[in-house]
Parts: sequence; C-alpha cells; structure tokens
Amino acid sequence: MVLKAFFPTCCASADSGLLVGRWVPEQSSAVVLAVVHFPFIPIQVKELLAQVQQASRVGVAVLGTWCHRRQESEESLGHFLEGLGAIFSHEPWLQLCRERGSKFWSCKATHRQVPASLGAPGQDQVMLIFYDQRKVLLSQLHPPAALPDHQAGDATASAGGLAAVFDTVARSEVLFRSDQFDEGPVRLSHWQSEGVEASILVELAKQASGPICLLLACLLSLISAASTSRVFKLWPLSFIWSKLSTCEQLRHRLGQLTLIFSTQKAENPAQLMRKANMLVSVFLDVALGLALLSWLHGKDRIGQLADALVPVADHVAEELQHLLQWLMGAPAGLKMNRALDQVLGRFFLYHIHLWISYIHLMSPFIERILWHLGLSACLGLTVALSILSDIIALLTFHIYCFYVYGARLYCMKICGLSSLWRLFRGKKWNVLRQRVDSCSYDLDQLFIGTLLFTILVFLLPTTALYYLVFTLLRLLVVTVQGLIHLLVDLVNSLPLYSLGLRLCRPYRLAAGVKFRVLEHEAGRPLRLLMQGALLGP
Amino acid sequence: MEAEQSFSDICGGRLALQCRYYSPSCREFCVSCPRLSLRSLTAVTCTVWLAAYGLFTLCENSMILSAAIFITLLGLLGYLHFVKIDQETLLIIDSLGIQMTSSYASGKESTTFIEMGKVKDLVINEAIYMQKVIYYLCILLKDPVEPHGISQVVPVFQSAKPRLDCLIEVYRSCQEILAHQKATSASP
Repeated sequence: MVLKAFFPTCCASADSGLLVGRWVPEQSSAVVLAVVHFPFIPIQVKELLAQVQQASRVGVAVLGTWCHRRQESEESLGHFLEGLGAIFSHEPWLQLCRERGSKFWSCKATHRQVPASLGAPGQDQVMLIFYDQRKVLLSQLHPPAALPDHQAGDATASAGGLAAVFDTVARSEVLFRSDQFDEGPVRLSHWQSEGVEASILVELAKQASGPICLLLACLLSLISAASTSRVFKLWPLSFIWSKLSTCEQLRHRLGQLTLIFSTQKAENPAQLMRKANMLVSVFLDVALGLALLSWLHGKDRIGQLADALVPVADHVAEELQHLLQWLMGAPAGLKMNRALDQVLGRFFLYHIHLWISYIHLMSPFIERILWHLGLSACLGLTVALSILSDIIALLTFHIYCFYVYGARLYCMKICGLSSLWRLFRGKKWNVLRQRVDSCSYDLDQLFIGTLLFTILVFLLPTTALYYLVFTLLRLLVVTVQGLIHLLVDLVNSLPLYSLGLRLCRPYRLAAGVKFRVLEHEAGRPLRLLMQGALLGP
Repeated sequence: MEAEQSFSDICGGRLALQCRYYSPSCREFCVSCPRLSLRSLTAVTCTVWLAAYGLFTLCENSMILSAAIFITLLGLLGYLHFVKIDQETLLIIDSLGIQMTSSYASGKESTTFIEMGKVKDLVINEAIYMQKVIYYLCILLKDPVEPHGISQVVPVFQSAKPRLDCLIEVYRSCQEILAHQKATSASP
C-alpha cells in the first residue's frame, strides 16, 4: 500500500528536527503531530513522549526526521539525521526533506526488517498530505470519545480511514499545550507553538459559568417543582392550563432553560450545538420582547389599544347580528323552513346579546389587564404572541360556541337521518356485530319512522346552512391563531447559532473533507492538500 | 502527464475529456460540458421580454417591464450558480479514496469524497433515461451490515452524461488503480 504521511501545514517552514506523531498500520499512514528541534537530549524526548502517551492514550512515537535545508552548507546535517535512526527505531522510518526555494519535497520511507533477499532495505512510495491542524481540531470531524470501559493503552483503532487521523489529532491536545516560550527541556513546533490560542472572555465565561449554572439550575428546579405541585392538578385549573397556549409556551421555555443550565456537560458536538441554538433563541426572544415592551408602554399605546378594543368587539357582534338576520331571511335565494330558522336565529341572537353585555361589564378593567399582560412581554416575544393568541380565542369565544351548537345539531340530524334511512329500506344496525342487518319492522314502526325521516330531510337545508356558515367563521379564527402559532414556532426553533457559525466560522461546520493535488513534478512524491468540505452554497 | 480527447454526450453535444496522471497511484479525469449557448440565452430573454411587453400593452403598468428585467437577471444568476455545470472531475487516489467535484458556471464548486474503505467497485451500468437507454459510470458502496451487499450506487458525471467510448477510457484507467488497491489491501 502507498504510505501516506499527514503533515501539518504549520510545520512546513519549521527548522530541521525529528518528526513526532502516530503510525496507523492498518491505513499505512503516518500522522505527524509536531517537530522536535535541535538541540535535544534523546532521553528527555522519550520521557516527554511517554508522558503524552499516558495522558492522551495515543501511541505517540518518533516517526522519522525532517530536514529543512536553508543554506548549502548543511550537508553534514543530513548524515547526522541519518544517525538518529539508530537511536529512535521506528518501523518504517520516514525521512522528509525540503530544499530552500523549492516547492517540491523528497520523502523516503525505509523498512529495516525487510528480509535480506530483497537486497537493500525496501522503499515504499510515499504520498504527502498536508492538513491544517487548527481547522481539523476545530471542525470536530473526529468520532465521539471512546467508552470509559475500554482499557487504557493505545487508542481504539476501530475508527476506520480518515476518522483515525482526526481522532489522533484531537486526542493529542496535551502535546499542543506547550509553546515556544515555555522553558521545557524539549522545543516543539506545532500549530500552537507561536502561543497557545485562548481568549480572556472565553476563559472568564468558563470560570463564571460553573456557579451561575448551579444557581440557575436550582432556581429552575424550584419553579418546575412548584408548577407540578398538586394544586394545579385539580380539575378546573388543569383543564384551563391545558387549553391556554401561553402555558404551553412557558412550559416549553422552562424545559429549554433547564436543559441549557443543567450542570452536566454536553457529550458530543451535536448536543452542544443544540444547547447553543436554544440559548441564542432565548436571548433573541427576550430582546425582541423587551423591544415590544418599550414600544407598548411608550406614548400610552396600551390606553389606545384598550379604548379600541370594546368598539371592535361591538362591531364584530353587530356584523354577526346582520349575518343572522340574513340567515333568518332568504339567504342566497334559498328558502328556509321558517319555524326552525326563527328558533335558531333567535337563540343565537340572544347569545350575542349576552356576550356584548359581558364585554361591556369587563370594559373598565380592560386597560389594567392589558397593562399587566403587556409586562409579560419581558419574558419573551413568544410569550407575548401566545397571550395574543389566547386573547383572540377568548374574544371569539361566542363564535366557537355557535360552531359547537351548529355542529352538534348537524351531527344529530345526520345520525337520525342515517338510522331512519336504514329503517326506510328495512335494515338495522347491529351493534353486536358492527354491521347492517335486515330487520322486519311492524307497520306502525315503519309509518312513524318514515314520517320522522321526511321531517328531518326537509329540515336538512336549514341546519346544513347554519353549520356551514359557522364552520367557515370558526375556520377564519383558527387560521389567524394558526399564523400566530407558526410565528412562535419559528422563533422557538430557528437555529440561529448554526446560521451564525455558517456565516462567520464556516470551517466549524465541515461535513467531510476534500483533497486538492498540489503542483507535481515527475519523480517527486505526490503532494495533496486536505481541507474541510462545507455544507450548502 | 496530461492527455486531452474529445467525445460527445448522449445528446450529441461536444465534450472534452482531460486525463491527468499525477503518479501511478493518483489519476484525475476532467469532463467539460458544452458552454451556455448564446442562441438559447437570447431566445429565452426575448421570449420573456416579449411576454412582458404584451402584458404591459394590456395593463399599462410599467412595473411589469421592470419586473421582467429583474426576473431575467435573477433567473440567469440562479441558473449560472445552481444549475449550469461547467466541468466534472473525478480524482482517484490509491488507498485514500475517490473525489468527485462539480464546478458551476459561477465558479462554485461542490465536492464529494468517498473513502476507499467504503468503495466496493466502479462499474458501467445501463439505464433507461426518457426514451433512450444510456450507459453511466457509477461507484458501488459497501454495505456495513452485509459483506457482499451494496448499500448505495453513486453515479459519476451526472450532468455531462458522456457516451460509452468516453466511459470505457475512464473505466479502464480507474480499474488499474482499484486492482492495485485490492491487491495491496488483501495482503497483510
């Protein structure tokens, strides 16, 4: 198999030294993690590697030598480097060399244990693959951490292919912790050798997040314990709670906040992304809610809203009354049954009258109620929208009642019609066998049945029309409520953190890798550049 | 080493196949599709603008004309960025994997990389496409559950759609590398 050497791009300009990394025999690939520079004492290098191996459970070893010829007079360096092969024995031994001012490298891999019948120690074809250590670490393409019951020792080689390479780089964080300004015995070159990458804000946030998370987790657990107490399980309250969408939204938000501030860390990048998305959506929600609050409470808008509410309710009731008068007359040229029409029409008109009186009774308190409800916008825009949806549901409660009456009447009529139609044909519904059976009726049963059937058939258009009109009204209200809920769901579930990452730090969201063949010269080893492949356009 | 040959696609348009042999273990095949023809572009633009002008004479609203220009521009940009593929490349690297790249007319490139461990074989398959029977090159992926099964068939050169003679060239070249790969991976 062709020998693949994964070389970090940051070490391409480093001084000569030893290559340190991991050899994956199944893939025949050598993953170079860092370069150890001169001067060094071999014992100390071996100690450092043993420490790293113990801390990270990755089989780090000296893989070979790296020679960067800056001047012509470094021929002796080449011989010195060859001698190092005897001190640090590794199978196969890599020798990478780069000339000054040349883009092309020379690589040799020698096996010492090849049987003597082949003559000189065997040489393999070597392929160089450059990778960016920082991007590989940050894009988190490595598989999640191994199970804790795996024995300590070499890392599990069950990860196949390129996943093994990413796994190696990710686990060797210990090696990357020392930079060139440290006073250690060994001088290393890797992506953090110019200085360990860290941000003061991130470190401070990490330190502060522990106690804050604990405090908030306690608070949230208190709130959720209070909300699930026995008081709220009593029948009227539990029924109301289940119907109001505000309670639903509050419960959802409470669940999300509990998840965000829970004290256990996220296990894998997907969970971390989910937590971050939730946190950003909560922030956006609260920010929009506070903006809405400041807009509502400025310039006495609540007073204007409250003043406009009662006339609007009156107007809606008037329109409904006009509609009922129209239905009681000859709607769309259809001829209704006068008696039933009058009964239903008057029943609904009385209902509307009751409703209007109720609204007028409530009108002095509306402004104060609206003001207090407007305060709830500081909990988030979604809560304010849910409250709006609930208010619409409460204000159009009479339309809901009309729909229920119309539907019930129509349903009863259809049941009666179907049963009498079966009687008309001489059949019966067998409840035991759940099917239609024939039945012999007496003459008087047949007579009364047919009479009732006729009455119901002639009253059908009236009931059907009332049912149709009120169903359409109810659909209108449901559509408006549905649009508000759609908006609430959008704010709840839009993954803003991921979208932001895609715009600002696209390499964090890499889904795979892509290779590019770099300039090639015949006789030299092939050079490839490995980059993260991004999702989307 | 580079070699360029010209073939034709299933509709008769001209294609150019560029084979690059970087090393005995790495080869690249680049199929370039026919360019966007000026004739079809002019025809579509004229149709849209004539229709818009017809609507304008009916409605006397000049917004229609500006809307037509806007739509034409957006449509062209969208077509170049999302639909029109200029070149399709197949890069096969022994013991690493197979990479397929499509580059669009606007410069966008979309890449798919399949690791060698997942590749079972590369074959030429027949398919019924509209009223024709065509040949296409595809990569067969191994099934992790069943050792002799195939989990997925990934077609290559989907928008270029070259004919059998071009596919045979690419097939022979790739099989040399795959055979070498199988020989070395079978031996411990």
